[in-house]
Amino acid sequence: MRFLMMTTDDNASAGNPPDERMMAEMGRFIEEMSRAGVLLATGGLDPRAIHIESSGGKITVTDGPYAEAKEVVVGFALIETRTKEEAIELSRRFWQIVGDGKGVIQQVFGPEDLQAGR
Amino acid sequence: MTASDIHRTVDAVWRIESARIIAGLARLVRDIGLAEELAQDALVAALEQWPESGVPDNPGAWLMAVAKRRAVDRIRRQERLERKLEEIGHGLESADPAPEFDAVLDTEPIEDDILRLVFTACHPVLSPQARAALTLRMLGGLSTEEIARAFLVSEPTVAQRIVRAKRTLAEAGVPFEVPEGAERADRLASVLEVVYLIFNEGYAATGGTAWVRLDLCQEALRLGRILAELAPQEAEVHGLVALMEIQASRSRARTGPSGEPVQLLDQNRALWDRLLIRRGFEALLRAEKLGTPPGPYVLQAAIAACHAQARTAGETDWARIAALYEVLVRLTPSPVVQLNRAVALGMAYGPERGLELVDALVAEPSLKNYHLLPSVRGDLLARLGRLEEARAEFERAASLTQNAPERAALLNRAAACALS
Repeated sequence: MRFLMMTTDDNASAGNPPDERMMAEMGRFIEEMSRAGVLLATGGLDPRAIHIESSGGKITVTDGPYAEAKEVVVGFALIETRTKEEAIELSRRFWQIVGDGKGVIQQVFGPEDLQAGR
Repeated sequence: MTASDIHRTVDAVWRIESARIIAGLARLVRDIGLAEELAQDALVAALEQWPESGVPDNPGAWLMAVAKRRAVDRIRRQERLERKLEEIGHGLESADPAPEFDAVLDTEPIEDDILRLVFTACHPVLSPQARAALTLRMLGGLSTEEIARAFLVSEPTVAQRIVRAKRTLAEAGVPFEVPEGAERADRLASVLEVVYLIFNEGYAATGGTAWVRLDLCQEALRLGRILAELAPQEAEVHGLVALMEIQASRSRARTGPSGEPVQLLDQNRALWDRLLIRRGFEALLRAEKLGTPPGPYVLQAAIAACHAQARTAGETDWARIAALYEVLVRLTPSPVVQLNRAVALGMAYGPERGLELVDALVAEPSLKNYHLLPSVRGDLLARLGRLEEARAEFERAASLTQNAPERAALLNRAAACALS
């Protein structure tokens, strides 16, 4: 099962840039996840999102910055685990390193889910 | 958290940590069967204690500490017993083994132990089936029940297989180490064979509920990816990973709306998983960078990569595929590889070239009941306009396959030959 783990910026950490120790721990954690064959892709996102809305055939593009910054995704990790609980456990470890913050985990549907729906 | 939440968390922690725990313990007790039992004891302790105490901050370290304590207890008991048996004569050392254990565990990275565990669980003294069960159990953290479900056999069968495998390893005195020198290549081949067997068990999907089978593919992929990090200097490991990543990238495209198999060349390539293809290419590059002559997995991965690179079936570089098969057939001279080579030759240089090789394979006893032989032959004959012969071949192929949708597809082709 694939899960997209996303961290959302709630501005809590804005005043505290990550220290070296945390960065080192995070580096180790990411390496461990890759070595375990769990981490498929990861990356950070520019919070200045471009918003696109399509309504009645009219497409509107709004350039960020956006007002409700706390819902903006700033980082993601695409992981492959056997169960939802495994994804949660890995996320728990991630937040133990990071400290305060918020995130969401969503399953990415794969062929197994397509087949189950048949 | 409710009790069942805790239970699921314990389960997740186990899947993440069990290989490391078993591997670390095995270095102490030099017996992977015993190491696994001790780790299981720690798991039971977690199931008993965590609902009361909550999940510890570092659950892996907790499990390891408990398992290590059990190992020490076990060794002390053993020593007491041996001392009683040897009342006369010199006594055994009575030093506390616990600090010594910590020292042992701190000297080397746990990754080395995991690699030792892989090589031990996949030792050729065991049958491939036993190796696969033991590997899934020790390195995948799968329960006996899960392994049984995945391999479509009963739980007692798997339990038996594992017990016997552990006993065989102990009786044969298989050391807990990574083989070096001349032995290494063969032993590595034995490991890769098991991983690919697990993958194919899932990929071939001869029966059972589809999702369980796909789980097995993912398990094999995970094992392969771990192995690639543990033994990065082995080109064949990267080759196997590349092969599995690229094959797995086609999962979504290889069955049609009603579950019928869709052949590679007929697949909707938009459904291929680009992420896995990219990972496959990266693994193949890692293999090629090592500069060793390509082995069977690297070659098969290179063939898979040719298909993955073609945007449409028509753009496939068949000449390159045929050349790769030619090298492969020299390394692994199997009739099935020859048959695949015939297909590639037929695509690259015209049906006559393919048919020439296929005709030479007709007498091959091991292909006597292999439905793909008449199926390939039928296809080549049809392309040469020899429709009556083609029809007979498709009908023969249909009578040989066990797969109902495939049989229907073959009978359709036979009917099409009769019509034109």
